[in-house]
Amino acid sequence: MTDSLTLPPAAPAPGAARPPGLPRLLPAAGAVPVDLRAHLARHGPLRHAGGPGRLVAEVAAAGLTGRGGAAFPLARKLAAAAEARPAPLVAGNGAEGEPASSKDGSLLWISPHLVLDGLQLAAEAAGSRTAVLYVRRNQRLHGRLAQAIAERAAAGIDAARVDLVPAPDRFLAGEESALVTRLTGKPARPAYRPVRGLPRLAPGRTALVQNVETLAHLALIARYGAAWFRLAGTEAEPGSMLATLHLADGRTSVTEVPLGIGLADLLGLDPRAADPGGDSVPSAGGPVRAVLVGGYHGVWLPPAEAARLPLANAALRPLGAAVGAGVVAALPAGRCGLAETARVARYLALESAGQCGPCFNGLPRIAAALDHLAGPRPGQRARADLERWAGLVAGRGACHHPDGSVRFIRSALRVFAAEAGLHDRGRCTGTGPEPFLPLPAGRPASDADWS
Amino acid sequence: MTGITSTTALWYASRATGVVTMLLLTAVLLLGILVNRQGRIPGLPSFAVTGLHRNVSLLAVAFLAIHVITAIVDPYVTIGLAAAVFPFVAGYRPFWLGLGAISLDLIAALMVTSLARARMSRRAWRGIHWLAYAAWPLAVVHSLGSSSDARGGLVLGVLAGCVLAVAAALAWRLSRAAREIPRAARAAAILSHMSARKADLR
Amino acid sequence: MEKLRVNPVACAGHGACAELLPELITLDEWGYPIVADQPVPHGLRRAARRAVSSCPALALALSRVA
Repeated sequence: MTDSLTLPPAAPAPGAARPPGLPRLLPAAGAVPVDLRAHLARHGPLRHAGGPGRLVAEVAAAGLTGRGGAAFPLARKLAAAAEARPAPLVAGNGAEGEPASSKDGSLLWISPHLVLDGLQLAAEAAGSRTAVLYVRRNQRLHGRLAQAIAERAAAGIDAARVDLVPAPDRFLAGEESALVTRLTGKPARPAYRPVRGLPRLAPGRTALVQNVETLAHLALIARYGAAWFRLAGTEAEPGSMLATLHLADGRTSVTEVPLGIGLADLLGLDPRAADPGGDSVPSAGGPVRAVLVGGYHGVWLPPAEAARLPLANAALRPLGAAVGAGVVAALPAGRCGLAETARVARYLALESAGQCGPCFNGLPRIAAALDHLAGPRPGQRARADLERWAGLVAGRGACHHPDGSVRFIRSALRVFAAEAGLHDRGRCTGTGPEPFLPLPAGRPASDADWS
Repeated sequence: MTGITSTTALWYASRATGVVTMLLLTAVLLLGILVNRQGRIPGLPSFAVTGLHRNVSLLAVAFLAIHVITAIVDPYVTIGLAAAVFPFVAGYRPFWLGLGAISLDLIAALMVTSLARARMSRRAWRGIHWLAYAAWPLAVVHSLGSSSDARGGLVLGVLAGCVLAVAAALAWRLSRAAREIPRAARAAAILSHMSARKADLR
Repeated sequence: MEKLRVNPVACAGHGACAELLPELITLDEWGYPIVADQPVPHGLRRAARRAVSSCPALALALSRVA
């Protein structure tokens, strides 16, 4: 486990005025961790008014969807969990394997009691007396969470027992079937799941897995109701979300925003002030060359196009993008988008679980080809090979790692096509070798790295 | 002339089919190791290895049945039907025959589970299939002690050959498994390989 | 109506399936099966069952599709 815990500051989005009623999940003033007393003083005790059946109806009315990336309606999962016999094991997913995302870590550090409240509610709805909190390995974070759980046990407010389970520091550690596999004691690798529905934990037993932010929203809906929840966000995608912003000047922050907020507001993009002949758009952190939405399985967008879009799946899905886990990054001008993507592609390849032939064969080859395209005069073969391998890899693994990686890489080839043209002629817009997108050091080598 | 009576014929048949069964079981084990390591037989397509393993095992079971039935029917020694499946109850060399009975029970389990493979979980099927590594040595020891044939000559030579073949195959299997790249390192290995071949991509 | 499905975690690229059912299964450049997404035609059902039982890794399966 690592000892240090660096979390980016929780700060409002640069371009927007503070939206009314926000923040909900984080305290209004600064990022001071909220202990049980302060939590109860702000929100009051958890009311189980009407029992789990009423809660599911309230969640359905609120329209809360998963905040882990898949955006699946929570009410449907809770209803399925309530019907499952025996009661499913309830797990809060705080693994946050995406290197560019810090929202779950921040939420767990600052407002653990919202997450723990939500976990209790989910356990009650599922009819389970035990729950698990699956959190990325970090000594300080685990210490803080253990303390929060002990505080609640001393106050006698929890009906279900909560166990802390450390997640390995892998990109795929938070994948639903990888989490379930880890809970059975094996390394956290994704499993083949031909049948939809609640994931299978053991013969005859299922699991209900929810992102920790979703659980926090659940805890607030139980107290304040569906109508309150819908005061933020859009009609189709209600509520607020924690977003991890990477501004062009290198500043990173975690911000709670209403769904549907403009990407221009998030990053302070000002396309009207852009130089018409240039390829960058000014923003709160400086000129922006491209915008990445959705993290490393997400999609690059040209900045002018991004400035017209909201952070909402209704607008992003038709473009092949998605809100995902709320990662939005602005690539500064003067950085080569192909080089940045190549570095990330290498990381994604090394993070393959090594189980499915197309994935562990294709992703490293694609990364190597992209490495070529990021260099001078790559030649035609690298591009042709990359396209062929991308076609062979997508959809042929047990999980969506190959698909998401290919989506990310293909969007880079689209958005940075002009850059590719420059590279063919031996030139590049990148002025410095320092990398921009965050990536962890080291690489997995054995089963121990997945446990 | 001293004729070969029917009883002697049955006894000879049992011993002969016993040797053939031992050879076939050895072949099945060797083929099984080949299937597991995805090895190929030169000149044959890859589905042939699985096919041979399955067909030879059926043949082995057929000869095993004849071997057991002729031994039971033969009045020269008191081996009843029970002795075929329950160990150590035979009237003749009960210990050595008992080992054969255990081996037969294990082989029966292998057969039944393999026929019902589609209806079982993969883990359960694999777990039971490992019993093959118990069934075969039991058959070898049974062969050594069940009749005087194995004291010398051809039969002993055949048994020795079977044991050497299986030992060699096991050594091959273990060395292949030891050299296999662990899953966590597979992508990294291919990435290094691609970097080494950098020039080829141009 | 049945469809062939590969369990990509169990599949080790043995290739027996593609040899027995080339009409529906081809191998990619790394030896892993690409299975046609269509239902198995009636005339190939026997061959499909044979391919399923020939997989040494038990990675191929026939599943009922509505």
